[in-house]
Amino acid sequence: MDPIKEKIQSSSRETRQDFIGKLITYTCIGLIVLVVLSIFVFVASKGLATFFVNKANFWDFLTGKNWNPSMLDAKGKPMLGALPMITGSFGVTILAALFATPFAIGTALYMTEISSKKGERILQSVIELLVGIPSVVYGFIGLSVIVPLVRNHIGGSGYGILSGSFVLFVMVLPTVTSMTVDSLRAVPRFYKEASLALGATKWQTIYKVILRSSTSGILTAIIFGMARAFGEALAVQMVIGNAAVMPTSLLSSASTLTSVLTMGIGNTVMGTVANNALWSLALILLLMSLFFNIVVRLIGRKGRM
Amino acid sequence: MKTKIQNKIAINIIRIIAGLVVIILLFLLGDILIAGVPHISWHFLTAASQSFESGGGIGVQLFNSIYLLILTLIISFPISLGAGIFLSEYAPKNIVTSIVRMAIEVLSSLPSVVVGLFGFLLFVVQLQMGFSILSGAIALTFFNLPLLTRNIEESLRAVPNLQREAGMSLGLSKWRTVTRIVLPEALPGIVTGVVLGAGRVFGEAAALIYTAGQSATNINFGNWNPFNAASPLNLMRPAETLAVHIWKINSEGVMPDASAVSAGASAVLIIVVLLFNIFARIIGNSLYRKLTATK
Repeated sequence: MDPIKEKIQSSSRETRQDFIGKLITYTCIGLIVLVVLSIFVFVASKGLATFFVNKANFWDFLTGKNWNPSMLDAKGKPMLGALPMITGSFGVTILAALFATPFAIGTALYMTEISSKKGERILQSVIELLVGIPSVVYGFIGLSVIVPLVRNHIGGSGYGILSGSFVLFVMVLPTVTSMTVDSLRAVPRFYKEASLALGATKWQTIYKVILRSSTSGILTAIIFGMARAFGEALAVQMVIGNAAVMPTSLLSSASTLTSVLTMGIGNTVMGTVANNALWSLALILLLMSLFFNIVVRLIGRKGRM
Repeated sequence: MKTKIQNKIAINIIRIIAGLVVIILLFLLGDILIAGVPHISWHFLTAASQSFESGGGIGVQLFNSIYLLILTLIISFPISLGAGIFLSEYAPKNIVTSIVRMAIEVLSSLPSVVVGLFGFLLFVVQLQMGFSILSGAIALTFFNLPLLTRNIEESLRAVPNLQREAGMSLGLSKWRTVTRIVLPEALPGIVTGVVLGAGRVFGEAAALIYTAGQSATNINFGNWNPFNAASPLNLMRPAETLAVHIWKINSEGVMPDASAVSAGASAVLIIVVLLFNIFARIIGNSLYRKLTATK
């Protein structure tokens, strides 16, 4: 065959290179999507088995107050009431967010508006370090400092929702602060200048201009912190007392979805009701993390307008 | 006058809040470091752990943590590099890409227990790999992938488009432009991200409890054949990491000096994270200087 014809009709070296490149990158991204899909499929199939195979009532599962999967109740069905854990999880998450929000916003405002450049740099690197500290370490801090503190000064055994939310407060504070700082820094400089030029004081500028224009960013930071707190397992498990009963006060032993999961999965046999019920709890966790994700997305969309 | 007083009060309240945060965090960190650092010794860092007696070390756990981290990086870096290149260079602007992006975001916000349980179900139970370093490394990969991918994508995006246009106009293929021109320029950012991510992987425990297991088997540091059951390099042995160790001795409570050992181990973890942070900055800066010829 004519060499020129051959050269024109076959693909060039560059085209082949590009084909290989595309192949590699598409495979990698496909792999990640596959992982996400299979996590959902596996956890959902296991978690839904409680309702389809073991015939538990979905509504009873969400609102029942007795959690003891190996025992049968009066109607001959396993006692699968997840409300104590759901309450525990939401309790620690909401309390931690309530504690952390004012502190995070205050610290972020101090860093961006009040402190000197040097102080800001030091605080910034301290917070970056704190974001990276493993959650087990926070759990151990809770066990050795917060639990005795609560026991001696507030009452109870020291284990409970209050200690859990203190630990989570310390854990999410750096994350929420650094995200809040980012959103405060994103406020255009001339907003601040215009406000100050109108004769507003620093506080008036902060309150009426800076905080208003970064509301969606701050909300995103708080939701992110809540998502982290909701999914945190070991740090909470170490201080909450691990009693799968309805919490009577902030100081009584309680449990969360994650703490029951970490304690239980190794002690139950695959395929039994007790094990399937734990997977249903994991499914709730999965759906909640999806929910937090959607909320962040909605806030982001609203903030852009 | 009233607004001025208000201003003063509000600013001082903000100062007090920031001061309180610094005091709380320093108090908690200081407590751990003061309790833990005196416990760190060469013996503590290298000796095997004890279950029922005091005086145990964290040698095996420390080795397991490092080995697991290296394996995780070996598995997750190439995948996230490919995915990052896809997202910044090849991804078409359509609904599929936005679904892919959403999937990565969801993966990054999944609770690490759920990731660990999935690893347990798929690798430990279904594929019958048992509690092993390999199962643990794969679970940590799931945990690390979204963070690394986003970091690589952002670093690549920060490279000016002029560089890509220059490569294309020289007749290079897009793939070559990316790997030979764009990637080297993005390297400092990527390396910083990898090292910071490594710090997070090093301290992760929840995803490992049911994948890499909670037992530190006796390993023989004289035997480096990866196929021998007692070898440190064996991929199929159960491996308790440092973070898992802290959790386990605190929740089982049979070790007499559990709190001293966990304080020491926590201090080691904090110091390692600190080192990772410093390294990330130093390596990133020096690579940047080397590759861009700036002073």
